[in-house]
Amino acid sequence: MSKSLLIISRQAPWSGPGAREALDIALAGGAFDLPIGMLFLDDGVFQLSGAQQPASLQQKDLGANLQALPMFGVEALYVAQRSLEERGLQDHPETLAVERLDDAGLSALIDRYDQVITL
Amino acid sequence: MKFAIALFSPPHAPSSRRALRFAQAVLAGGHEIVRLFFYQDGVHSASSNVVCAQDEVDLPREWREFVQTQQLDSVVCIAAALRRGVLNDGEAQRYSRTAANLDAPWELSGLGQLHEAAQLADRLVCFGGP
Repeated sequence: MSKSLLIISRQAPWSGPGAREALDIALAGGAFDLPIGMLFLDDGVFQLSGAQQPASLQQKDLGANLQALPMFGVEALYVAQRSLEERGLQDHPETLAVERLDDAGLSALIDRYDQVITL
Repeated sequence: MKFAIALFSPPHAPSSRRALRFAQAVLAGGHEIVRLFFYQDGVHSASSNVVCAQDEVDLPREWREFVQTQQLDSVVCIAAALRRGVLNDGEAQRYSRTAANLDAPWELSGLGQLHEAAQLADRLVCFGGP
């Protein structure tokens, strides 16, 4: 049986290539039919905010790439409730179907996966 | 035990030095490294154009010697490398660039190699990252 991999994405979408490169690991794993999960943590939760205007930074829209996750079979998607609250995002809907987890939920999630990559 | 080691930080970062020391300790302890995978700013450690002062640690050179001596499977992510100007001869020609700064023992390949390594290894150990 394939080993499961959790990717913890901690970088804001417009702070450099980090968020995009974390997502690319998830999409590549999905393409190989591997059991992949993705957790948005800390500034990574900004990736899930709607109505962003990447064109004003001459950037491509990362949100469009994020929508590819379910198409690549990556449907185990999570966001840290505490990270949302720390950034005042708790009352805004995420742009992707993600499950909100409290601190205990985060521990349990990380425990469930064989391997973890934090980017 | 089989280890896959991934490096995400640039050569001057403390985590890059720790990654090399960890890899050396893995082999010294009688374990196996199934693959080294260099991603994000970690690709710079594979560049042959990094120049260090004589009295400073030359991590790219140490990586190169370690990989060559131990004959390790060492993969540099091609997408991350191209983005950061780390190219082998083939890619330099493909994109009409005047210089290449990556050659053996490094191999340019895709993220599938990271996933394969993670599947083959008992432990995936990552260095660097935010």
